[in-house]
Amino acid sequence: MDVTKKHPAREQRPEDRVRNFSEVSLGYDEETALAEAQRCLHCKNSPCMSACPVNVNIPDFIALVKEKKYLEAYDVIRATSALPAICGRVCPQENQCESKCVRGIKGESVGIGRLERFVADYAMDHGAQETDLIPENGVKVAVIGSGPAGLSCAGDLRRRGYAVTVFEALHTPGGVLVYGIPEFRLPKKLVRAEIAKLEKMGVEIRTDTVVGRTVTLDELLEEEGFAAAFIGSGAGLPRFQGIPGENLNGVYSANEFLTRVNLMRAYDFPNSDTPVRCGKRVAVVGGGNVAMDAARCALRLGAEEVSIVYRRSQAEMPARQEEIHHAAEEGVRFCMLTNPVRILGDADGAVQGMECVSMELGEPDASGRRRPVPKAGSEHVLDVDTVIIAIGNSPNPLIRNTTPGLETTRWGGIVVQEETMETSRENVYAGGDAVTGAATVILAMGAGKAAARAIHEKLGKS
Amino acid sequence: MFQIIHKRELNAQTTMLDVKAPAVARRAKPGQFIILRVDENGERIPLTIAGCNQDEGTVKIIFQKVGATTRRLGLLEEGQSILDFVGPLGRESEFGDVAGKRVAVIGGGLGIAIAYPQAAALHALGAKVDMIVGFRSMDLAILMDELQNACTNLIVMTDDGSNGHKGFVTTALEEQLKAGADYQRVIAIGPMPMMRAVCELTRPYGIQTIVSMNPIMIDGTGMCGGCRLTVGGETKFACVDGPEFDGHLVDFDEAMKRSRMYRDQEKISMEKHFCNLTGEAR
Repeated sequence: MDVTKKHPAREQRPEDRVRNFSEVSLGYDEETALAEAQRCLHCKNSPCMSACPVNVNIPDFIALVKEKKYLEAYDVIRATSALPAICGRVCPQENQCESKCVRGIKGESVGIGRLERFVADYAMDHGAQETDLIPENGVKVAVIGSGPAGLSCAGDLRRRGYAVTVFEALHTPGGVLVYGIPEFRLPKKLVRAEIAKLEKMGVEIRTDTVVGRTVTLDELLEEEGFAAAFIGSGAGLPRFQGIPGENLNGVYSANEFLTRVNLMRAYDFPNSDTPVRCGKRVAVVGGGNVAMDAARCALRLGAEEVSIVYRRSQAEMPARQEEIHHAAEEGVRFCMLTNPVRILGDADGAVQGMECVSMELGEPDASGRRRPVPKAGSEHVLDVDTVIIAIGNSPNPLIRNTTPGLETTRWGGIVVQEETMETSRENVYAGGDAVTGAATVILAMGAGKAAARAIHEKLGKS
Repeated sequence: MFQIIHKRELNAQTTMLDVKAPAVARRAKPGQFIILRVDENGERIPLTIAGCNQDEGTVKIIFQKVGATTRRLGLLEEGQSILDFVGPLGRESEFGDVAGKRVAVIGGGLGIAIAYPQAAALHALGAKVDMIVGFRSMDLAILMDELQNACTNLIVMTDDGSNGHKGFVTTALEEQLKAGADYQRVIAIGPMPMMRAVCELTRPYGIQTIVSMNPIMIDGTGMCGGCRLTVGGETKFACVDGPEFDGHLVDFDEAMKRSRMYRDQEKISMEKHFCNLTGEAR
């Protein structure tokens, strides 16, 4: 084996996996994990660690893998990361830890994500012992939202002794990990297992509770005796383009499409009651990870042709390389430099095509990416019967509309102090997509951790 | 789990349940709705809140057993539980200053169950409430005592004329309008064709007409956008912007098409859960 190359992970073959919702990547076996761990140079200044939003002690856990001490390696990861099995799968390691790996200077970085996943899966299969139940200190903290930000905040607070209650609007905890990310990228049994661990630690999770509707934030603080609250409610309001035809039957927001498929298990209709209408020719508008997820779900639901329609070129696509690669392998087509202008419908109000215009790249815009400009006279119709809009989300207004004094930005994000994640309301903290707009699982976890630390510093002193 | 405290069959198709959900009962206001899921494989469906009892901590829902989910919900008995029950969702009704004003509350079919608490609330605020309700036949009439107590003037129409008043709710409304009824507002709740017909009747009179929309939803908190509809040329989400809208601005044609989006799947679901021949649950 060439030492400059990362060991590949086992995968289901593309022709097999497009017909099932089982996990695509099968991870490392022990032999491969050991071989890959040998590639780690255990650098003294460990640049990988500083590039991890939750500062996992990467060299140390890999050193323990080399010694086959997998459960101890797991403890090292667990010390700073609440959800190792999840991060090992969905973190964009190529932009974080692996981007700073010294091996990467002359060759490929160490497969840190794959090793993390191997260790986490091993620990899960071999019954890693969780820390003992830490006695409660009598101080109650409310966590709103049970996505990655909320779960990591809840876990860290509980470890520090707080009595933590997590409020979840849906019937199942996990947030985007259960409604957004598909089963084939993140098996839901892993999410359930991670959440079960938190509950075992004593974190209470109240599902079916919409903060801002069932109960307000102020009621939690004033009537229910919570000393502080962390808002991790995510960015859950789907954006549409505002073009004609978006309300036709067969046009979905990616949120709705993925929620039907993942949370409500529409792929198993009619055994599961929730249907999804996925046609034979599907266009997914957008170029992020969510667009890739939606496209790959559509293929698995039996679509014959699935196209990603993106207004810039492939180089500007925000999706992870690995996701783009997997989607392409599975047969997703990429219609780059193409922008929808109108969705066409039939007499019953069903989608029967999407009119697009071709784009070319002009001068860089505020984001630093070259701005796409329409080419005159390039209108053309894509023959599709389903359109999935995956162009992003805005923060949900329910909490800000029902919490006086909670300052938000022009686009609705909650304003926080960078270091402490404290909002304009005392003892109210926020993090994750509710603050940043759509970002990554690991950044949300980092924010949840930072808030837990700040809450502890504040409440511990008073 | 949310226990069914009380169950009452209003007619062969319509069931009323009082469900123990103190957190929902505490905050529920007229016009709002809940979302429930009957069991582990169940879909999430929205139902408008038909009342609540603070002392018992119960929320009243009324539904027609027409789909796979509502029929399964109808099979549950007192003492049994619904798996998930979340709310109150949506915005509460805005009645404004109605004291001494004349208003009409119009209910068709199941909409009567939702229109009735609206009428009661307006009545309690001192409005003179004409309530116009329609049934296919008097055999199917529901909540007659409650309706009588919730308004100043109750007009009951039947499609078959079995109570001596043959016609639709719009027939009665038209008579009232022609006779010079000076309604400050009209509230119409029921099947979409009925709400649209009411809106067309009131439009020339310039009477504000409020309708309650009940589109397909999943989360009910603004996350999926499945419940979107066009109101005054803009896309609105019924779950967070509604469910009540100015009926003169609603694109009913689009809303009706959207409500039929899963017609084929609904049939498959019914066939899976219920026998075509006997109607028994499988």
